[in-house]
Amino acid sequence: MVTILFDGIAYGMLLFVLACGLSVTLGVMNFINLAHGAFAMAGGYATVVLVNRLGVPFFAALPLAFVVPAAIGVLLERTLYRHLYARSHLDQVLFTIGLTFMAVAATDYLAGSQQVFVKIPQALEGRFDLAGVGIGKYRLMIIVICGLLTLGLQYALTRTTFGSRLRAAVDDPRTAQGMGIHVNAVFAVTFAVGSGLAGLGGALGAEILGLDPHFPLKFMIYFLIVVAVGGTSSITGPFLAAILLGICDVGGKYYLPKLGAFVIYTIMIVVLILRPQGLFSRAQGR
Amino acid sequence: MSTAPGIVAIALADRLAQRARWQPVEIVFWAAAAASVFLLPGKHIILAEIAILALFALSLDLILGYAGIISLGHAAFFGFGAYCAGLLAQHHLIDEPVLALAVSGLAAAALGFATSFLVLRGSDLTRLMVTLGVALMLREIANRFDALTGGADGLQGITIAPVLGRFAFDITGHAAYVYALAVTFLLFLAARRLVHSPFGLSLRSVKGNPLRAAAIGISVNARLVAIYTVAAGYAGIAGALLTQISAFCSLDVFSFDRSADLLLVLIIGGTGYLYGGLIGAVLFKLMQDWLATMTPQYWQFWIGLVLVAIVLVGRQRMAGWLYCARGLVPDMLRRR
Amino acid sequence: MPFALETAGLSRQFGGIAAAKDVTLRVERGARHALIGPNGAGKTTLINLLTGVLRPSAGSILLEGRDITRLAPHRRVGLGLARTFQINQLFADFTPLETIGLAVSERLGHGGDWWRVAGSRLGLNQDIASVLERFHLADAMHEPVSTLPYGKQRLLEIALAVACRPRVLLLDEPAAGVPEEDRHEILASVAALPEDVTVLFIEHDMDLVFSFARRISVLVNGTLFAEGTPEEIARDARVKAVYLGEEAVDA
Repeated sequence: MVTILFDGIAYGMLLFVLACGLSVTLGVMNFINLAHGAFAMAGGYATVVLVNRLGVPFFAALPLAFVVPAAIGVLLERTLYRHLYARSHLDQVLFTIGLTFMAVAATDYLAGSQQVFVKIPQALEGRFDLAGVGIGKYRLMIIVICGLLTLGLQYALTRTTFGSRLRAAVDDPRTAQGMGIHVNAVFAVTFAVGSGLAGLGGALGAEILGLDPHFPLKFMIYFLIVVAVGGTSSITGPFLAAILLGICDVGGKYYLPKLGAFVIYTIMIVVLILRPQGLFSRAQGR
Repeated sequence: MSTAPGIVAIALADRLAQRARWQPVEIVFWAAAAASVFLLPGKHIILAEIAILALFALSLDLILGYAGIISLGHAAFFGFGAYCAGLLAQHHLIDEPVLALAVSGLAAAALGFATSFLVLRGSDLTRLMVTLGVALMLREIANRFDALTGGADGLQGITIAPVLGRFAFDITGHAAYVYALAVTFLLFLAARRLVHSPFGLSLRSVKGNPLRAAAIGISVNARLVAIYTVAAGYAGIAGALLTQISAFCSLDVFSFDRSADLLLVLIIGGTGYLYGGLIGAVLFKLMQDWLATMTPQYWQFWIGLVLVAIVLVGRQRMAGWLYCARGLVPDMLRRR
Repeated sequence: MPFALETAGLSRQFGGIAAAKDVTLRVERGARHALIGPNGAGKTTLINLLTGVLRPSAGSILLEGRDITRLAPHRRVGLGLARTFQINQLFADFTPLETIGLAVSERLGHGGDWWRVAGSRLGLNQDIASVLERFHLADAMHEPVSTLPYGKQRLLEIALAVACRPRVLLLDEPAAGVPEEDRHEILASVAALPEDVTVLFIEHDMDLVFSFARRISVLVNGTLFAEGTPEEIARDARVKAVYLGEEAVDA
């Protein structure tokens, strides 16, 4: 029971790191980026190549799993995405589905359609017992890393100059621009960090979620749930939503193997009926 | 102010009804479709697929083009109709295809009605989540209840009785095409009637400005529920047609790719003037045919590229080209 | 006889800020009632509460004695409450004819007809024609709304509310942004509203307020600050102070 809770939390934290970038791009730029999962996949495959082929140590590969998607993110943001901020949600959806499809097919072409695994260090394999609770070492590491990332993110958003600029840009881009904040640069950095975090999530999650070319499509619904249920007004909302989703998904699959996959959809529907604006978003007036 | 009110009223009626009048190019379009029955007898199988795709895209146009609802899971209703038709035939509940088609459509409409209340809530993002989620959930249900649905193998061993007891489906696809085309045409007529009615006008107002629509007494939610239900019924009929014509139905009918491809079909042709889905279906199938011979395996890449290119070029501009090329009047042109 | 429109203790919070605080307002039948106050006093919030765009945090709203506090916006229209918007809220790709036709057919309960071609009810068309004539929109009735000059759009904004044939009409700055030469057309159309229609309007233009209103309420910081006839309000030193204070800040 506690083990499932533990696994669920690890899973949820992973989902948070994967999805928080999406929440930020949506909240900051009002941009629906359905290709977000492709950045996660990029991070995952970068790690596979680095660790399995080039023999880079796992922990040394993780920063690169952040950097590679972040770089791709900046490139795409500057060349393509920024033209779409002012466009309709329909255009954004079409465009990012198109990108996702291209990423899926290209990955299939380059790496094959089979599932791939990252060779993780021996030290992280297996479980140990803590007061009768089985703790997976790898999952513990995920909790630690993702927990630190979350704290760092919270700190960056609330305590640093960049964070306050970002929040100013969210509240009112035009005024922020007038105050001398380079809104474009803030957006680009935000987009890069969001993509990088997704990539890191993809690298860490390859072991748990599985990694194949269809990753961006398979997990699209999870990302959407995290963001829609958690809201975009803070990162606490998506964090709690991700944890809830993680626990329910793991628990559902364990206790109700036949109906496990339905648990998350049921939650989605119940939340929508009770709180159409999302579970953790503050009620907002017009 | 001095004009006799009766004359004014008749003049207004004339102008209000103007959009509803048949344009010559519309008649040409349908005449060409009818002619294809006789002129392209060897292509009836693919033509039947085009007709089904056109009907499916028409259904998406009703909610996207006329009500502004973006759906990532319109295949939910297509698939639901497809399985309904399959199960009705397999268990000999209703053998006559036309009746089975109607029942499948109604079942899909009922599902659309039930899920419309979720779609009403929240923003575009929640709509994306809900539409995608509903389709995934149905796929999962069809997968799990394999005793009924055959699971991943799909519904097999369906035999479809002759349409109206007379026209049997055969390998040439003649009956299939005429049947699919006739159904699509009739449903198109109904949709055309609907969008040019006062209801259609109020639907456009809801899409254009829901705040004001409510402020003149229009129940925004009732309108959206109604059109979502109708569109779901249309999609269900399209799915049922596919099952009847192919005598097979698999989990694939619910797939995300089907919903996403459908968006592309509609976008190629343009939204909000009913013909977009029909024209898009023709172009999409031609493109698929052509690309599939070149790179069958990575077909998805090209779909993606086309989507990206269309958005970057701009849908408005493409509608402009179409306008020049066809002389049709897409609504979106007037909006800019 | 109940008031045309009445609120009791109406409040609305945004986060920690009270945009409307304990507003108790009574509007008599056939009134020409102006709602004035400095920017940010909560005038539009009040209209949004009255029409159901916003839900109040506390308090109640009575329309002709009937509690409408929890009613959806479109239901209130059905009961005879219509409004205009401070910033035009029109259907850009409609023509004025379609715009007014939409409102009239909705009012007569035909808005859901889905089998009839629009325009095929002649009685309804006479109704549409008369609204278009009254607001001098007949000449432009086939032009897309988005191409109309601003003055015409503003007239259509009001005509659209009037087409709902309200018994209580809320006007949110009807003359806002209208160029001088088009003003008289707007004012004339507002002045020509039938006497039995109750009008509650927000306006910044004091000439308009004092020439048109028979009663004035002053809203400051979300609360009712003063109320009376135009003469009483004009004499009220506190009201003057509020407005002078604002001007001082502006200058």
